[in-house]
Amino acid sequence: MTGVDFSAAPQLAGLLAAILLYGVAAGFAAIFHRRRGALATVYPVCIAAAAMAAVADLAELIADTSTGFRLPLGLPIIGLYVRLDALSAFFGLIVNVGVLTAAIYGVGLDRNRDLTARVEPFFPAFAVAMNLVLLAGDAFGFLFSWELMSLTSWVLVVSRHKDADSRHAGHVYLVMAAIGTASLLFAFGGLAGAAGNYAFDAIRAAPPGPIVSGLVLAGTIFGAGSKAGIAPLHAWLPLAHPAAPSHVSALMSGVMTKVAIYGLIRIVFDLLGTPVWWWALPFLLLGAVTAVLGLLYAVLDGDLKRVLAYSTVENIGIIFVGLGLALAFKASGLAAAAAVAMAATLLHCLNHSWFKSLLFLGAGAVLHATGRRDFGGLGGLIHRMPVTAALWLVGAMSISALPPFNGFVSEWLLFQAVLAGPAFPEPVLRFMSPAVGAMLALAAALAAACFVRAFGIVYLGRPRSSAAAEAHETARPQQVAMALLAGLCLLGGLFGGVTVSAIQPLLQMLAGAPLPAAGTGPTPFSLIAFDAARSIYDAPTIALFLLISGTLTALLVHRISSRRTRLGPAWDCGFPEPSPLTQYSASSFSQPLRRVYGTTLFGASEIIDMPQPGDSRPARLTVRLQDYLWELLYAAPAAAVIGLSERLNTLQFLTIRRYLMLVFSALIVLLLIAAVWF
Amino acid sequence: MNHAYDVSHLLAGLMLVASFALLYQDRIFAVLNIFAAQAILLAMAVGWEAWTQQRPHLFITAALALCLKGIVIPVALHKMIVRLGVHRDVEQVVGVGKTLLLGLALTSLSLMLVLKITAAAESFTREGLALALAIILLGMLMMITRRNAVTQIVGFMSLENGLILAATGARGMPLVVEVSVAFSVLIALFVFAVFVFRIRERFDSVDVEALENVRGDTK
Repeated sequence: MTGVDFSAAPQLAGLLAAILLYGVAAGFAAIFHRRRGALATVYPVCIAAAAMAAVADLAELIADTSTGFRLPLGLPIIGLYVRLDALSAFFGLIVNVGVLTAAIYGVGLDRNRDLTARVEPFFPAFAVAMNLVLLAGDAFGFLFSWELMSLTSWVLVVSRHKDADSRHAGHVYLVMAAIGTASLLFAFGGLAGAAGNYAFDAIRAAPPGPIVSGLVLAGTIFGAGSKAGIAPLHAWLPLAHPAAPSHVSALMSGVMTKVAIYGLIRIVFDLLGTPVWWWALPFLLLGAVTAVLGLLYAVLDGDLKRVLAYSTVENIGIIFVGLGLALAFKASGLAAAAAVAMAATLLHCLNHSWFKSLLFLGAGAVLHATGRRDFGGLGGLIHRMPVTAALWLVGAMSISALPPFNGFVSEWLLFQAVLAGPAFPEPVLRFMSPAVGAMLALAAALAAACFVRAFGIVYLGRPRSSAAAEAHETARPQQVAMALLAGLCLLGGLFGGVTVSAIQPLLQMLAGAPLPAAGTGPTPFSLIAFDAARSIYDAPTIALFLLISGTLTALLVHRISSRRTRLGPAWDCGFPEPSPLTQYSASSFSQPLRRVYGTTLFGASEIIDMPQPGDSRPARLTVRLQDYLWELLYAAPAAAVIGLSERLNTLQFLTIRRYLMLVFSALIVLLLIAAVWF
Repeated sequence: MNHAYDVSHLLAGLMLVASFALLYQDRIFAVLNIFAAQAILLAMAVGWEAWTQQRPHLFITAALALCLKGIVIPVALHKMIVRLGVHRDVEQVVGVGKTLLLGLALTSLSLMLVLKITAAAESFTREGLALALAIILLGMLMMITRRNAVTQIVGFMSLENGLILAATGARGMPLVVEVSVAFSVLIALFVFAVFVFRIRERFDSVDVEALENVRGDTK
């Protein structure tokens, strides 16, 4: 590492030291994986490394010193560059805060039950890989760490490899990751061009021409989009995220998808040169469809962790819409609106990493306490796990974009950007932005429905299984991890204005302008999108109003009604029935939505088996859903590949003369091509 | 120097004619004779190159071609056929007429291709290369249109003649390469011969189709 002055770049030095510490933890866990006492130190070391890295990232985000150097490693000519700038630092903050909370959660894991020896070596390695993706300063390093990230997370997904579902999830994930990376490889090939200089600085200096840019854009959306979970490439998320241990699910869903978004932003906003307006179309289209579709899947699903994974798909859709709007505004020369859209996107990345991690950790606590994650076996957990329930409620409110929590801040900014849509010079974009806005509004409503359902079924009512009835509160470290995230959700919601001020240089770099009116509000905490007259969100004031009005209402209700607490049987339309199965269930909740949307989108059909009078068997209602996307885009190509390879198999059993003939005809074809081409 | 080109083109053209004759001929001894004639033509072409370009080491190549391919290999194959008592006529997979038409197509393809690609190079290299490519392609064609193992060997050797012709046209091919190519061809002959004897021992035939029945565990 000659010629690197780390005293001039303390943030980079700190990050590299943290990565080294992660690496040491991974190696240590791999070597001593048979000794429990040794494994117990892995998560504390990860906490230390994550805290160090997060502080370094935060310092870099504020200081905005772009530093980098060339490592004497990597491929001979291409080399290996390390680079840290505000964009890397912003996403590094997401990664390391996520790792920090997941590691705190990991400290409290029950060592006898949670298969930790298979998880612990790869957990820090996964953190290393994600940090390296962000620090890579050239295509080789980027793709290498990207693959490392895929592989380490794959190992974590198949950590319960005796379960056939886990293996299937791992298989689908591996295939999707391989296809995605191949697509990114082509994108970087296009970016480097014929000269073949793969360093980001060189690519930035010489962006490709218009046609190549389009191809690079397509390759990037496919490659990074499949990792992030954009529809229709989302199919692996609901399989793989739930299959991993819960704190790893939190990392994969909350953090790794953001690393994918980082790759997308790095290429499209940083390396690809000046944007053209139509680049925004795939983002807007895919994003809007993904947002609605992801939540429809989520609202119809009956598995807690799978619902969360589908909700991640939805949030990636929202982020895509934000990126699309930012691109469109930037290409149309509307820098202020581009800054608003970009701020919404970045904030949503940050916010989603917090509340989705929180929700997954909460789901992990529920899974640990009851051994179940299907809605049919849960219920009434608010009495048995009050802390988890309260914290999970914060996460659910945040993800449903309710003020004063953080989800509202980013979605409010995004809708402000949508409302600036009529300023587009392109008629296509002018028509598209309200349509996209309507889809987003639908998605927001569905998100609220989805999480009312999830919270209500899991935590309220009566337990639907004996496991849920005997549940216990989760361990202290896990509560601390969730409380930390819940606190971040609240603080992020209250002080969105401060966050936006902190990322102003980043907005300048990505959107071409900072937020125009940041910091000019009546209080230092107000968030202003365009100007204080028409778009201002003053979270602390609104929170204060909510607090006061809520308290007053509660007091009033208590004053008017009787203060005595009475315990009575749960009300169920007047006929007390002991079985908890008579409760409103998850599928009852989603039935109206299923009937409205599911009939065409998922081919939902209900089969009612009603016995004749006198027949003593129970009546049955069976619901059938079809995943057309899976059948069309995954099952069908897989079947085609298998059929084709079986047909090609006969090539292994030809006669010598036929083999010679194959070689000969290949030669002739090549010669013919040469004769025609040159 | 113009007649130097004429003579080398004549010799290369005669080699191509010999290749067509190999494709046409359906008696095995005649095939061997034509092959010997082609090898002698090759030796003359290489010798002529050595003479006109003052590259004496090419004489060694010419001598190797003359001795090995003009005499040793044909004689060895001849003895082998006599000892094995193989059918004296060649079984063809594709009819003679069609084979010759294919050969014509391949020749025109190689002419078109080489003359087009090497438009900037000097003239002997171009036409010599085109003829050599045609000889190579015809050799391959012979290998895939005949079922008899001996004629497959001859097809391979004829292909190799084309390679040497192309190599002498290209300036600066080191002697070591040529010698090693010549010896590798000789070794190939041994391998083929052993192979053919083994086939003959087991199946009483040198028809390569017989091999298909012994591919063990497949289908």
